[in-house]
Formats: sequence, structure tokens, C-alpha cells
Amino acid sequence: MTDLYQSQRAMRNMRRAAMQRGVIAVLDVGTSKIACLILRFDGPEQIRESDGVGSMAGQSSFRVIGAATTRSRGVRFGEIDTMQETERAIRTAVQAAQKMAQVRVDHVIATFAGARPRSYGLAGGIDLAGGPVSEQDVASVLAACDVPDFGPDREVLHAQPVNFALDNRSGLGDPRGQIGNRLACDMHLLTVEASAVQNILHCIKRCDLELAGLASSAYVSGVSSLVEDEQELGAACIDLGGGATGLSIFMKKHMIYADSVRLGGDHVTSDIAKGLQVPGTTAERIKTFYGGVVATGMDDREMIEIGADSGDWEKDRRTVSRAELIGIMRPRVEEILEEVRARLDAAGFEHLPSQQIVLTGGGSQIPGLDGLAARILGQQVRLGRPLRVQGLPQAATGAPFASVVGLCLFAAHPQDEWWDFDIPAERLPARSLKRAFKWFRDNW
Amino acid sequence: MQPLGGMRRDPAPSRWAYRWNRLWLTPLFRKLLRVGVPVFMLVAMVALYLASAERREALVLQYEALRQAIQDRPEFMLTELALEGASDDVARQIREVLGLSFPVSSFAVDLEVMRRAIEGLDPVARAELRMRPNGTLDVRVTERVPVILWRSRERIALLDRDGIRTGVISTRGARPDLPLIAGDGADAHAAEALLLFAAAAPIADRVRGLVRMGERRWDLVLDRNQRIMLPEEDPVAALERVIVLNQTRDLLARDVLVVDLRSATRPTLRMGEDAMTEYRRVRGLTNGG
Repeated sequence: MTDLYQSQRAMRNMRRAAMQRGVIAVLDVGTSKIACLILRFDGPEQIRESDGVGSMAGQSSFRVIGAATTRSRGVRFGEIDTMQETERAIRTAVQAAQKMAQVRVDHVIATFAGARPRSYGLAGGIDLAGGPVSEQDVASVLAACDVPDFGPDREVLHAQPVNFALDNRSGLGDPRGQIGNRLACDMHLLTVEASAVQNILHCIKRCDLELAGLASSAYVSGVSSLVEDEQELGAACIDLGGGATGLSIFMKKHMIYADSVRLGGDHVTSDIAKGLQVPGTTAERIKTFYGGVVATGMDDREMIEIGADSGDWEKDRRTVSRAELIGIMRPRVEEILEEVRARLDAAGFEHLPSQQIVLTGGGSQIPGLDGLAARILGQQVRLGRPLRVQGLPQAATGAPFASVVGLCLFAAHPQDEWWDFDIPAERLPARSLKRAFKWFRDNW
Repeated sequence: MQPLGGMRRDPAPSRWAYRWNRLWLTPLFRKLLRVGVPVFMLVAMVALYLASAERREALVLQYEALRQAIQDRPEFMLTELALEGASDDVARQIREVLGLSFPVSSFAVDLEVMRRAIEGLDPVARAELRMRPNGTLDVRVTERVPVILWRSRERIALLDRDGIRTGVISTRGARPDLPLIAGDGADAHAAEALLLFAAAAPIADRVRGLVRMGERRWDLVLDRNQRIMLPEEDPVAALERVIVLNQTRDLLARDVLVVDLRSATRPTLRMGEDAMTEYRRVRGLTNGG
């Protein structure tokens, strides 16, 4: 645990160093595409600390100066499968973004969708000595949370304090400076498979970059595509990606649950490829041009040229009606949404005051998906697009870029996590050294 | 694992291409390459070229030749010397001192040095040198005017009013028009001597000259071996007293050898032999009578 704490702290320091240098890259390692944005932090907003949250919720403090997307290779289910291929894809994206920005970046914040995230709700409490709650007390109460046994091959990706309670008052955002006897906190812990994290670390290291932060894709797409009141009242963000579908539940502006379904748009494509006997690239093209989930009478008459280059005229001149295509796609999309429904039910989503569901990610662009999702997930469904950030190219403003835009916001204003607070003094192994110092100071 | 099928061109940059790209985006490296390398190449090329001594020498020679070619252009050449205000003798000396063989480039002559050389000549008080655009070296000389002769132990020198030698003559007879002074250190007080000669104008026909005594004071020497010994202080006033005495009492026409005015409070006369005996005789007559 301390090991992880140190490594996460090191990443935070790296992020601070990158901020000082003013240039940082964000990288979304997805199953179907790898997107890289280069941000420059030099806006006037950066200086005005006293304003609290700046104009445009602080997003004007950075500007996207380089953006590049490349077809992902060697990634399956949002996890790195073939290391060299992924490394090449990352290099391609980073180099193209650097070329656009005309600067060299050394620090990168990465996100990924897979690696079987698992959420835990933690609770802990300490008795206060009296007097106002200090930062040290907050650190102590965070350290006092009893960590569940999540297994040896898992790593903590996020550990965010969600709620603080002081005596009988709960729902405090920031207990510092308030007076009470007992401080309790709830923490949301997200763990992922350690091997996936190590793979991504290795890939980024092989690209001569320094990792300045890691985030879950479900979390950052929620940050970018949920509007403020949805985050406050409770909402779920469903990121329909290529190989994995991430879902995150937000409440009171904190993520309280995240999970991922290992199904995505690539499965729809492979279904089409199998059903229509076409190569994967053709299937992908057909899906993006003619895909849908609700068939109408018109679709029976709309014939799609499938094409092939086998040399057999009969095979090469095949056509298929759009209704048939929808008939292939719809069961798979339904399956994905059913799976998401099951995860939401398991998380107790129906107990939230507001049950808004926001669909984002590349898969959300299927026509008619909102109608289908409303029948499976509930009435309050909308399609979400990421927030607009300064300097983002038009091509990167769509739903597929929700997670990378969210990562920009995460890079600019990360939420306080457990490792942002100093480890409590009585837990430090260096305590004896400190006492020796104190003894010297007192006696000399 | 390379799947079956043709090799498709990999769009990804190779590891080294990627590193090179990043290095090229590093500002310091970029600046070094864009400024440092050309500067280094230039310096290295020049240094390599100059490494051999004969190339260096050739360069210097080339430079010198070019310089000479420019200096020897007719626009910069001096063709003649125009002397002004110099007598023939002085002009000959000046030409000798300058030692120029015309035509000569104006870059090769240093007017200041030449001016000092000309002014170093005895008869020249001041010289002005000027190069005219038509190639004439114009020298304007102000000669010293000899006003007094100074007979020193070796020779007779001509002095101007500041006591600076302007020339040498062999005999007094060469310049009978100039007054004569003598004695060590007399030249330094030529101006005073001139004042004394001016004061002695009424007896000018009798004056032989002034002698500096002990580098301290003057004796005015007249013919008939008469001498007027003048004081150190204010000799002109003392001489005027003698002149007045001479005019009223005809002092110098009498048999007086020396008029001693060295002490203003006690002027003394030394009489001649005959005058002395005559004086004694007269005194004896009056005393005896």
C-alpha cells in the first residue's frame, strides 16, 4: 500500500513539474483508436488562485495545441495485448501531436478502459483531539479507512474521499477548519489489474515519456460528458468504446462507482463480419455508414453493396438490405446494454435520487441508440458529447473523444485523492530520525 | 507476429526516428544545430586554412600589395615641395632634413614628425605643413630673426630675441649691425641684454658689448677699456643713471676706468692713472695751500 502511495505521489509530483514547464500530453489508449492531445498551461487563469473556480470552470487555463488520433493496434478489451504494436501506435500518435504542437512533451497522463475495474466503498473514522480539523487530521482519517483485501495482483487507480462527516453532520465537502469530536469519511477506491497498469507503464516508458498520472476511462468520460447538475444529483455515464464499455456513477460531484463491461463496438463489427462474410475493415465501414438499431419499412428497400475482391462475380456483387444489417447489430447492442443494466442494478443505481443516464463514446453514435437504450436502461437517457475545451480541433469534439477530453480536465484540475495528503506522521518509518532531529534542535 | 499477406508500410515511426524527431523538437538542440554548427564549421574552415604558415604569409603579402596599390594611386601622391618663408640656406637645410624623394605617397609621410624635424632646425621658429590636393606638400616656415651675437668660448652664435641660436658665424665682422654679448649663460638673458642695449642707445657709438659676469650680472664694455658694472637687480635703471650722469657731467668722456654700480647705495668710480695723479696734485695744492 505504501508502495503504491509513493508511486502515485511520484506521479503527482511529475504532474506538478509538467505544469511548471507548461506542456503536458494526455493519451487515451483505447481499443479502436489512440488519441493524444498536447495541452499548454499558460493562461491568465493559472495565476488567479484567489478566484477559486475560474471562468469556464477553470478550463480556460489550458489550451490544446496538438491533437492526433491513430488507429489502435495491439489493444483488446481496453488492455494492452501486443506490447510492441501498441508502443508503435502510441509513438505515431505522440509524434503527430508533437508535430502539430511544435513542442516536445515529456510528461503524459494516460487513461485506459479495461483491466476489470472494481469499486469499493471505504469508511473510516478517528477521534479528534479537539480544535479545528487540520489537514493532518484529514490525512489521518483517510489512512484510517479499512482497506478491503482486493487481491495481490490488483492496483489502486483512484482513491477519492467522497464524503466527510463531523459528529452528526454528514455530507461535508471539506471539513478543514471545522470543529468537532469525531471525523469520519467515505472513500471510493477503484482497483484495476496490476498487469495492465504495468503494461501501460512499460509502453510509455519505451516511448521516452514520463507518466504523470493514470486515470480510469470511465471516470474521465463521466467528468467530460456529464453536466454539472447531473454530477450533483446523480447520473451514470456509459462510455461505449471499441473493446470495453465503461460505466461510472456520479453523485454529489464525486464518482461513487465505476465498472466496465468487456463488450464494445468491435464485437458489433465482428458480428457484421461474420454475418455478412466480409473482412473486418469492410464490416467497420458498413457499420459506420449504414448501421442502426431500429429498422423501419424504408430499410427493407435500402440495399447496401457489400463488395469483395474474391474474383467470383456472384460473391463480389452481393447486396444486403439495411434491415438485415440492423438485424445483425441490434442483438449485440442490446446485449451490451443489458450487461450495463445488470451492472447498474448491482451498484444500486435505482436508489439514486436522479437516474439520468448519459451515453457517450464512439458506440453512442449508432442511429436510434437512444431509443433502444431508453427501453433497456430507463427513460432518462440522453446522448452526451464531451465539453468543449479551448483549441480542440473540430474533428476531436465528438462523442468518441469523451475520455480524452475528460482527461484534459483531469490533468488541469485533478480531484483530491488519498495520496494528495501527507501520510500521517505516526505512520512514517522516518519517525525516529525526526525525533533525533527534534532532540538536536531542542538541545543545541 | 507478421500475419500472412503482403508487407504493408508501417505508418508508425521507428524507435530511432521517433527519438530523432523528439530531439529535433528540443529547443536547445535546435538552436545548437541551427546556430552552433554553422558557426563551428566557419571557424573550423578558417582555422584549417590559416593553419599553414605559407598561406598566412601569402595572405599578408596580398594584403600589403593591395594596400600599396591603393596608396600609390596618383590621387594620393605628393609630387613637389613648396617652401614658403624660408631663405635659401634654410630651405636647403629643410630639404635635407625631410629627405623626401618625390613622388611619394601621402600615406608614407607623417606630417607631425616632419613638422617636429623642421622645427628642430636652429633657424626655424615655427613650421606649418599641409598636403594640397594637387600633390604639393606645402611647408610654411617662420624663421627666427637673429638680433644679437653671442661670443661664447668656441664661436660666435646668432641669437634671436629669446636667446635661441639661429646660426653661427665665424667673425664678428660678418654681422657688424648686431650688438654683441659674451660670457657663459649670456644667451639665456638675451632679452635683458636687448633692453640694456636699447637703454644704452645714447652712447651706442661707444658700446663694444655686454659681458655676463659670473652668470649673474652684466658689465657694459665701452671703447677705451671703460666698463660699467651693472647690478643684478634692475640693471636698466642703473644704466640710465649712468647715461644721465654722462649727459649732465660728461662722465664717460673723462679718464674713468670703471663705473661700479653693483651696489645701488654705493656707486663707485675707478679713475685712470693720469687722472689719479692729477687728482692728487689738485688735492695737494688745496691741502698745501
